[in-house]
Amino acid sequence: MNFDFTDDQQAIKRTANELLAARFKSERVRELAEAEKYDEDAWKEMCELGWAGIFIEEEHGGQGLGVVELVILMEELGYALAPVPFLSNAAAGLALQFAGTDEQKERWLPGIASGEARGTVGMVRDGEARLVPDADSAEVIVLIGFDGSTSVVEAGAAEIEPFETMDRTRRFAHVRADGGEPLGGDCFAAGDRIATALAAETVGVAQKAMEMAVEYARERKQFGRPIGSYQAVSHRCAQMLLEVEGSRSGAYYAAWCADSEPESLPAAASGAKAYSSDAGWRVCGSSLQVHGGIGFTWEHDLHFFLKRAKTNAMLFGSAREHRERVASLALAKSETVAA
Amino acid sequence: MDLTLSPSEQSFRDELRSWLAENHPGDDPPGEDAAFDHRRKWQRQLYDAGYAGFSWPKEYGGRGATLVEQALFGEEMARARAPQPANVLGMVMGGPVVIHHGTDEQKERWLNPILTGDEIWCQGFSEPDSGSDLASLKTKAVKSNGEWVVTGQKVWTTFAHKSKWCMLVARTDQDAPKHQGLTYFIMDMDQEAVQVRPLHQITNEPEFNELFIEEARIPDENVVGGVGNGWGVAITTLMNERAGLGAASAAGMRMALEDVTQLARDRGVDEDPVIRQRIAQLAIEVELLRLNSWRGLTQIMKRGVPGPEGSLPKWQWGEIHQTLTELAADILGEDAAEWNNPWTYRLLRSRANSIEGGTTEILKNIIAERVLGLPKLR
Repeated sequence: MNFDFTDDQQAIKRTANELLAARFKSERVRELAEAEKYDEDAWKEMCELGWAGIFIEEEHGGQGLGVVELVILMEELGYALAPVPFLSNAAAGLALQFAGTDEQKERWLPGIASGEARGTVGMVRDGEARLVPDADSAEVIVLIGFDGSTSVVEAGAAEIEPFETMDRTRRFAHVRADGGEPLGGDCFAAGDRIATALAAETVGVAQKAMEMAVEYARERKQFGRPIGSYQAVSHRCAQMLLEVEGSRSGAYYAAWCADSEPESLPAAASGAKAYSSDAGWRVCGSSLQVHGGIGFTWEHDLHFFLKRAKTNAMLFGSAREHRERVASLALAKSETVAA
Repeated sequence: MDLTLSPSEQSFRDELRSWLAENHPGDDPPGEDAAFDHRRKWQRQLYDAGYAGFSWPKEYGGRGATLVEQALFGEEMARARAPQPANVLGMVMGGPVVIHHGTDEQKERWLNPILTGDEIWCQGFSEPDSGSDLASLKTKAVKSNGEWVVTGQKVWTTFAHKSKWCMLVARTDQDAPKHQGLTYFIMDMDQEAVQVRPLHQITNEPEFNELFIEEARIPDENVVGGVGNGWGVAITTLMNERAGLGAASAAGMRMALEDVTQLARDRGVDEDPVIRQRIAQLAIEVELLRLNSWRGLTQIMKRGVPGPEGSLPKWQWGEIHQTLTELAADILGEDAAEWNNPWTYRLLRSRANSIEGGTTEILKNIIAERVLGLPKLR
């Protein structure tokens, strides 16, 4: 029993944290967000370090590590709010690696692992995927229906309509596509890993928003003392810690299940996604409240985190949808126990 | 990261599980005295099987269990819905204090009867005017002719009327700063000067007591850890002794979740989308309580001290249990008003979960100050 990272995993975390802190200082994130651009140089650097294919099998050009290592990177990418097409590409990699046919893997995974031919994933409702990250720069799009249907389509064969979301650190599009060929395997095996990765990213976003609140509460003085000495503020911060640590435990556990105990993954992944979706928004919103008026301004960085947290909450299944899945599993499980 | 049990942990758990299946004492019988006797027998049964004083070092009659084994023990007890043994406070608090701070004579005198349940222990910390601000306590101990004379009042004293010994913190120096003038005593409850009055809680059970102490006598050899060191003695043992409790409380909540899902099915609301959302949210939070507890244990094993997440389980547990019983009451509707419904009891009893053993507000203060480094209120 060891609920912590190995030394190698700690090293990945440290490297990611340092590199991202150097590349994505707050001014740089703002500059990219306002220009609605990604940092292509930083993205190339990440690809050269093997990040894009960290969990992809070596025979397909990846590092052959696991979802735990991916989750480590996702958390740090969220913490830095790095404007790079990492999540979309990783989601496509997860879908193809865990549910693709051999042919699909051979065709698409090497490009995803090297970052040279990127992919993305969209969740389809009523014939359209409404919130697809980076569809306009992807070569391959994996569409997963809420009914369990799947299709892998070349981007050129899809109708892609970019649109503006509140999260300017990431590009999104509506996607429609007919045809394509289905994934060979279980789309939940893919979807659960994608939900896990996204939950981990939200952990990083919420961690940063919490740190901003705590730092501000230590320094900002009103009525002659730091506002963090008032319990109305400090208890709000303690609540943030509760929710951040809960989200973190949930995401790490789901990642471990993905790699080592897949039978526990469905409840773990949906639980992590549902909880982090709510917690991410609440923690960022609570941080805004601690900041007061300044936190509501465009010039303060907090809103970028708030908007990322909310957009992540909508992406790849909402908290309500994931909770419904947890309910089905919980009610089914206790039936077997009773029987 | 490896969340599987080692072969020895696995076999420990299997052994305990089958022992429990064969030796489960059954539910407490009705009536306070009968229930206590039942738990006292259970305590003895645990002792005979080598499961009492589980975390204590072997040289003091314990099992020297690892933190993981302690957590597994708590989980299995909750999973089997086993009753609490009678001498919980002696085993969790009194014994460890004597082991860490006591003299050889004190260890010889007190430790074994704690484990066997022959001598029950209670805790005399809180007072009517000193709850969360424990160090402000006023119960006074004065030395006279080689013994201590104690006068004051204590409250929330669980099992006081069944106890032989009381872990008593009293003020021995009126002039010292409030944390420094305190001394930790083991007081004999069997004296006229100590009067116990039951305190009925909102469930109408007398689970707690008040102690009225009027010139009670405590021999000098019953001071633990030295005169003036009471604060340190009282708090140092708390953190790690509680390490295994998070996992146990999560296992208890998992059983409660089973109960509430069964209730939803029985009442035909298991397809109601609102109820399903609430059940799911609880299922997720129960799981996160378990995971936070295990993450905390890993941190203690690695660093010797609990990490930030180690301070969260008690807070989470109280919230989860309160929310869970509220869901049950909503499912029951009008029937939740019925006094004899077991869920009604749990709905009411769980109101104390955010108060007993450290209020949620104090836990938030601790997290804000010691984990997040926010400035102190004072």
